[in-house]
Amino acid sequence: MNEAAWSWAHAAAVLPELLVGLRITILATVVGMVIASVLGLVVAVVRRSSLRVVTMPIGFLVEFIRSTPLLVQLVFANLLFTQFPSLAIGCVVLGIHYATYMSEVYRAGIDAVPKGQWEAAIALDLPRSRTWGAVVLPQAIRNTLPGLGNYAISMFKETPYLFAIAVVEMYTAAQQYGAGTFRYIEAITMAGLLFLLLSYPTSLLVRRLENRLA
Amino acid sequence: MPENDTTPAIQFQGVIKQFGHNTVLDGLDFSVAQGDRVTLIGPSGSGKTTILRLLMTLEEADGGLVFVDGEPYTHEMRGGKRVPIPEKRRSLVRRRVGMVFQQFNLFPNMTVLENIIEAPIHVLGKPKAEAIADAEALLDQVGLAEKRDERPTRLSGGQQQRVAIARALAMEPDILLLDEVTSALDPELVADVLGVLRNIAETTDITMLIVTHEMQFAREVSNRVLMFDGGKIIEEADPETIFTSPTHERTQEFLRAIL
Amino acid sequence: MSDNLQQFVELLPQLGEGILVTLELTLGGAVLALLIAFTLGFGSRARTKWARVPSRVVVEFFRGTSLVVQIFWLYYVLPLPPFYVELDPLACGILALGLNYGAYASEVVRGSINSVAKGQWEAAIALDLSAVHRMRRVIMPQAWPLMIPMFTNLLIQLVKGSALAAYISLHDLNFFTEELRERTSDTVFSYTVGLIFYFVVAYLLTLAMNALEVRAKNRLGAGPSLREVLRLAPVQTTADVGAGTAVLTAPKGGDRA
Repeated sequence: MNEAAWSWAHAAAVLPELLVGLRITILATVVGMVIASVLGLVVAVVRRSSLRVVTMPIGFLVEFIRSTPLLVQLVFANLLFTQFPSLAIGCVVLGIHYATYMSEVYRAGIDAVPKGQWEAAIALDLPRSRTWGAVVLPQAIRNTLPGLGNYAISMFKETPYLFAIAVVEMYTAAQQYGAGTFRYIEAITMAGLLFLLLSYPTSLLVRRLENRLA
Repeated sequence: MPENDTTPAIQFQGVIKQFGHNTVLDGLDFSVAQGDRVTLIGPSGSGKTTILRLLMTLEEADGGLVFVDGEPYTHEMRGGKRVPIPEKRRSLVRRRVGMVFQQFNLFPNMTVLENIIEAPIHVLGKPKAEAIADAEALLDQVGLAEKRDERPTRLSGGQQQRVAIARALAMEPDILLLDEVTSALDPELVADVLGVLRNIAETTDITMLIVTHEMQFAREVSNRVLMFDGGKIIEEADPETIFTSPTHERTQEFLRAIL
Repeated sequence: MSDNLQQFVELLPQLGEGILVTLELTLGGAVLALLIAFTLGFGSRARTKWARVPSRVVVEFFRGTSLVVQIFWLYYVLPLPPFYVELDPLACGILALGLNYGAYASEVVRGSINSVAKGQWEAAIALDLSAVHRMRRVIMPQAWPLMIPMFTNLLIQLVKGSALAAYISLHDLNFFTEELRERTSDTVFSYTVGLIFYFVVAYLLTLAMNALEVRAKNRLGAGPSLREVLRLAPVQTTADVGAGTAVLTAPKGGDRA
């Protein structure tokens, strides 16, 4: 009977397709995290301004993006910006969505820099740009590395949402294989295991980093 | 309750305690008689607090035996082997020992009264009305009757510590352990707490084991002072003798530094 | 614009259905997640490795595989051999959301219990309180307010994750958004409306969780009561042990699961 519960042959056959999808997954994660890290830092710095006409709209926008589904945002952007390739849209939306998380990580990291550092910089009459660039940010960024690592892993596990905008990352590859061969069990299970195989050791590394920096 | 009046309240036999590579107690032998008021002095790391923590089962000895009222506490010898005693039996011994902590450790989610009656009701099985009456009497004794329905967070450090003392006494222990109970208090609050402890020492015959820096208090309340260093008792005497004419060099050094 | 609004009004029943389904997924998923969180949270703290190791394995498994994979696995794979289990799509969604976020929440439970000051454990031991009694009356009441902010984060993520339901044939808010777009042919309008409704749901849930946090902290004597906060009445000051002032806070950000 063709209805064997699990076929190792299919498990092996789907693997190369998954690995092709994995390349897109990793690409999306890397580009997305670069965007999120840079944009998040900008947002964090801007939100420290004392101008409420600036901080309030940005604050609201950050909250809005953070609290609404990434999935819906992806579909929205993809429907709207038809002139751009879906992968690019996916990366940008991931980046913006995660920038809202990263801005919070940076905020906490900056706040964790002891007040005495600021005061010493003022006492030495350092210009603001030097204070930020040479004193505060290097210390703040060190604080943010574990958060950055954890969100990178989180984004990696959310790239499957790109299935909704027809980007063939690893999960979509599995689904396509399943749709073509009706062997969903091997396809989706293998995809899940690959996610686990990649994210778990990485999360252990991030935990170790966290302990070392603590 | 101990069998007769000569059974030691506390007995350590060859007790060994290590933390990692650090041997804090190395085959310690000593005993405390019923009704004794013993102060343990010595530099930090000398093992004094460890002794208290072993008596409260907050730590477990790596070797040797501890007896309370003549009964083995956490381990016993059976057929020549040192075997652990099951929790149920330890529990019965543990409730004869009470402890007051440096950081008070009152339960913030309960009122003062609830803190005091919790264990008597659920561990000793005291009826609630009786537990409340006894708790109110204890609060009276420590001078905080009017605070019975307050949350611990609303009290000063000294007040919290006095409640902690009442909470420990509510279990009617035979032995009271006091671990630097005034070290975390602002100086002006120390006197009230010491006053309560002095009162307890005078009006009851509870056995007390005290770790403290308050030498004046130790002199007034204790009948024995043990000087610890490197996990060993290097000198022992009554307070007058040890504070005025210590014989061991280390004791002299230590007392000179703190007095 | 008025055309759009008219279409929107015509679709109000569908909006109602969409919100209802999203709420069912959210609340069902949240309750399941809470149960799983405490089970696995306590399991990971157990003395015996026969409880500890399986708990940790389950936690890492559901954290490490993606929610998308999990929900589609339940939807596509479970009906197949060797399982032959055909779950109702709503059950699928609730199960996936509950397992995934329950695993993350179990870490919150474990971490919060570990955060309770050591002195509290020691005082409970000194009073000879049994382990169960100690957990119930001393530790958990103090761990609980620590869990709430992180639970709030996870709850919002759960709401966001529920949007996947549209792809397993559920008529949730995400599905409604697409319906609206098909009716109005106006992407910006429809999706903005959809996102706004998601935002409102998330915001209301956050307010509810914040109120819960205020109440929990108040029970510890570590903050004002809900009434005091809402009326902005003068707050009584707190002394040293366990002090922390609780005020209605904005949604807490950037916390890694």
